[in-house]
Parts: sequence; C-alpha cells; structure tokens
Amino acid sequence: MTSLPQSTEKRLGLVIDLDTCVGCHACAVNCKEWNTGAGASPLADTDAYGADVSGAWLNRIHTFEVTPADAPAQIVHFPKSCLHCDDAPCVTVCPTGASHKRSEDGIVLVTEDMCIGCGLCAWACPYGAREMDPVENVMKKCTLCVDRIYSDSLPEEDRIPACVRTCPSSARHFGDFNDPESDVSRLVAERGGIDLMPEMETRPVNKYLPPRPKTRSERATPSPAAPAASAPKADGFLGWLDAALDKLG
Amino acid sequence: MHPAVSVIFFTVMSGAGLGMIFLIGLGFPVDASAGWVFLVGVVGGGLAIAGLLASTFHLGHPERAWRALSQWRSSWLSREGIAAIATLILFGVYVLIWLVTGSRQPVLGLLSALGAALTVFTTSMIYAQLRTVPQWHSRLTPVVYCGFALGSGWLLASALGTHEAPELWGIVLIGLAWAAKWMWWARASRARLADAGSTPETATGLGFIGKVRLLERPHTGDNYLTREMAHRIGRKHASRLRMLALVFGAVVPVLVLAVVGLSDAPALFNLLASVSMIIGLLAERWLFFAEAEHAVSLYYGHR
Repeated sequence: MTSLPQSTEKRLGLVIDLDTCVGCHACAVNCKEWNTGAGASPLADTDAYGADVSGAWLNRIHTFEVTPADAPAQIVHFPKSCLHCDDAPCVTVCPTGASHKRSEDGIVLVTEDMCIGCGLCAWACPYGAREMDPVENVMKKCTLCVDRIYSDSLPEEDRIPACVRTCPSSARHFGDFNDPESDVSRLVAERGGIDLMPEMETRPVNKYLPPRPKTRSERATPSPAAPAASAPKADGFLGWLDAALDKLG
Repeated sequence: MHPAVSVIFFTVMSGAGLGMIFLIGLGFPVDASAGWVFLVGVVGGGLAIAGLLASTFHLGHPERAWRALSQWRSSWLSREGIAAIATLILFGVYVLIWLVTGSRQPVLGLLSALGAALTVFTTSMIYAQLRTVPQWHSRLTPVVYCGFALGSGWLLASALGTHEAPELWGIVLIGLAWAAKWMWWARASRARLADAGSTPETATGLGFIGKVRLLERPHTGDNYLTREMAHRIGRKHASRLRMLALVFGAVVPVLVLAVVGLSDAPALFNLLASVSMIIGLLAERWLFFAEAEHAVSLYYGHR
C-alpha cells in the first residue's frame, strides 16, 4: 500500500558529516558495487566503457563552493542519497504500490516487479534520490542496504550500509533515530544536524552535520601575490652569467 | 522538466476526447441517424483511448500497467487510470444503447459526463500535487486542464452535432480557457523555485555560511536526473512557441468560428477550428513541461 505509515517502530537512517567528508566518492563506488552484485536486479549502466556513459547510481557526491560575505570561499563535498523521509512524497504518488515505506524500520523501498517505470516518484522527490534503471526500466533507489543490515551470513561489523562501511573519513553514520541514545541521535543533537529543503515538508530521516566554523586568522588577509620588488640576486656562476648577459643587453 | 511527446499527446488528445464525452453525456444535440451517433462515439471515445494508449508508451513496463489501478487511496495517477477506464466503459455502453434503441439514457449520460470531468481533473492533479515543481503546484492547473478539455471538446461536438449556433459558445469557452491559461502563465512567472523558498542554500543546508555554487557535478556525463528534471533545451524557443500556441490555439479557432457562425457554412467546418486548437494545445503542453523548474535542478547548478 502506498499510503504512509502513521509512525514507524524504528527510524533507520544516515547522518552525513559535511565537516569530515573529503569527497573521495568511495561511498558511491561501494554502493554501486554492492547494489550491482546483490538485490533484485543489477544496477545497470549503458555504454559503460564508451564516450557516452550513463547509468543508475543510488548515491552521488556533489561538490559545492560556499562563499561567506567576509571570508574566502570554502569547498564542501556533499554526498546525496535517499533521505528515507517520514512524509515521503515518492511513496504516495506511486500508482501500483511498488513504492512503499516500511512500518517496522521506516526504510523506503521499491518492489521492482511491481514497478511500471512511470517515473512519477522521481518527479515527486526534491532530492533526486531516485534514478530509472536504463536496462531494467524500473525505478532504483537507496535501500539502506536492507540486504546487509539484517543479514545473518555477513560478519557483525559488515551489517551496516555499504557506504557507511567503506567511508575512510567516518563521515557517514548509520542508526535508529527513534533511539535517543543511538550514535546518530547524539551526533544530531551535539552538532545541530539539519534537514535538506525543509520547505518541501518531506521530513527527511537522514540528517546532515554542517561544517564546523573555520578558524579565522588574526592577521589581515594577505593581498594577492604582489610581484617581488627586485629580482633575487644570484652569485657564483649564475651571477657571472647574469651580469654577462646584462652587458650584452 | 523533460517534455515527453507521449505525455503531451496524451493530455491534449484525451482532454479533447473527454471534453466531448462530457458534452455528449450532458445531452449535446446530435443528429439521430445511426451514422452520426457512431461517428460521435468513435471520435469522443477514440481520442480518449488514443491518448490513454499513448500515455502507456512512456512506461518502462507497460505490461504491468494494470497494477496502476490499485492505489486509488493515495495516488492521483491511480485515480486517473480508474476514472478513465470507468468513463470509457460508461460512455461505450451509452453510445451502444443509443445506436441500438435510438434513445439516449440520461442517467448513463450524466455518469459518463461526471466520469469525463473527473478524469481530466485527476490528470491535472498528477501535476498540481507536486511541490517539487512550484509552477505546477497551483489550483489554477486543474482549472486550465478542465478549461482546455471543455473548449476543445466543444469545438469537436459543435462540428459533429446539431447544436443551434454553437459558434458563439465556442468563442466564449476558448476565451475563458485562455484567460485561465494567461493567469496560469502570470502566476508561473512568479512561482519560480526561489519564490517557493528553494535555493541551492536550502537544498544543501549551507546557506548559514554564505552563497552556494555548484563547483563540480557528481558525474561527467548526463544521467536520468539531468535528462528528466534538469532539462532546459526545450525552453530555447519558449516565446515563439507561446506565440504559436496562442495563434493556433486561440486566434485561428475564433476566426473560423466567427466565419462559420456569420455565414451559411455548415457546422462541419468547425472541425478546422478544433484541429487548429489541438495543434495550439500541443505547443502549450510542450511549454507546460519544458518551462517547469524542478527542485532537483538546484543540485545541478541552477539558481
């Protein structure tokens, strides 16, 4: 049923730390790797080794430049995947019931063999979290690695989403937002986790930790490299050559 | 938004067909001979069916389309599918009884008319419900869709039916529909993403630091999102297309109606007006999609 649950037992999701993300794309690559090998169908590409490569990914890393009014610009790497919203508009627009939000853990999923590939859910999502698979012609999205987190066969430490497992700078955290003592809840409380586009009223579960404030130098910002007043003096052989060439002048 | 030809064709054609079904169902006078009744049934039903079939062409899995009838509790797209099929069945039975017995069943007609109106309304709500496209997210969107369906449906019905002097009403309905569209356009120019409060700053949550600009895309080529949601090529000829929409959708039909109404020309000439209006509406519908800004474009360097 594509009506949303009133509330969910758990609210599983991610915290993404924009302060520590280094923009290496490892999370996106591991996501692609895991979801191509596992799940209902591979996460396909077209012309993967050609000039016009295109494909479905569930995680994309944008890089933004942010310019304060009174300081130099800073770079923020910005990983973006499904936010598993409490009021997910992608779920209610689905005409077939393929798109749904689970009442037990709040994960938003697509049942692939029920999806007609109409694309309306992708239109309804403000975050661009859903991409049409170019080969399967069904909608693909982040599953929060539902096939890892509940797995009995994987080692304990691997029972977290692939993107979280692989992040080399620990910029991604996974947990239950309904549990106030969970790592994710505490990080959000301590660091002031934020919602993306709150004006869209989607109530995302995933939260972003804003970059910590930059330390500002006491000294005045140096002016752009001024040309040196005089050319450096050379001695020895180079000094002789310099003088000799000057004379030739 | 990417203007998909199948969806443009569908909304315009089925709009005209359903507009005609609405009018016939309400008792629009038609010559009682079986030939005319048949023609009216085929044109009204046929346009609606052609449009619906075209709409399945943009599906990734048309063979699963029946599943779209299940989620009427939450989904406008599902409601549209159900309303369209119910309307076509009701109208089919209505025309069949009319052909066989020669008499029109007013209750069945009324139900077909209600169904047709509901179908056009649900189509428009598929777009009007989307917060992610502020230009569509308006009560004016259903008004425009219903107005154009009624206008183009009236032109078709007036050409094939026997209504006394239908041309005056035709001009009035075309005028009202385009007045609504004019208001929609005026609102749309004030309903950009930024007007709805969505900017790269809110999209990234980084506005508290300063101005946000995309430095590097996540991918070098295009993907589904950039093709579908951050599509801009269609906007290139916007002003020319708007002119074409107005000329073919409003000016030509009104001129044809005026000439037919003032002369002794048979009402069948009104068909020219309806063909012209449909061409104009195809341009209008292209712009409806091509000019619409989607929130996802904020992640791809759009301000």
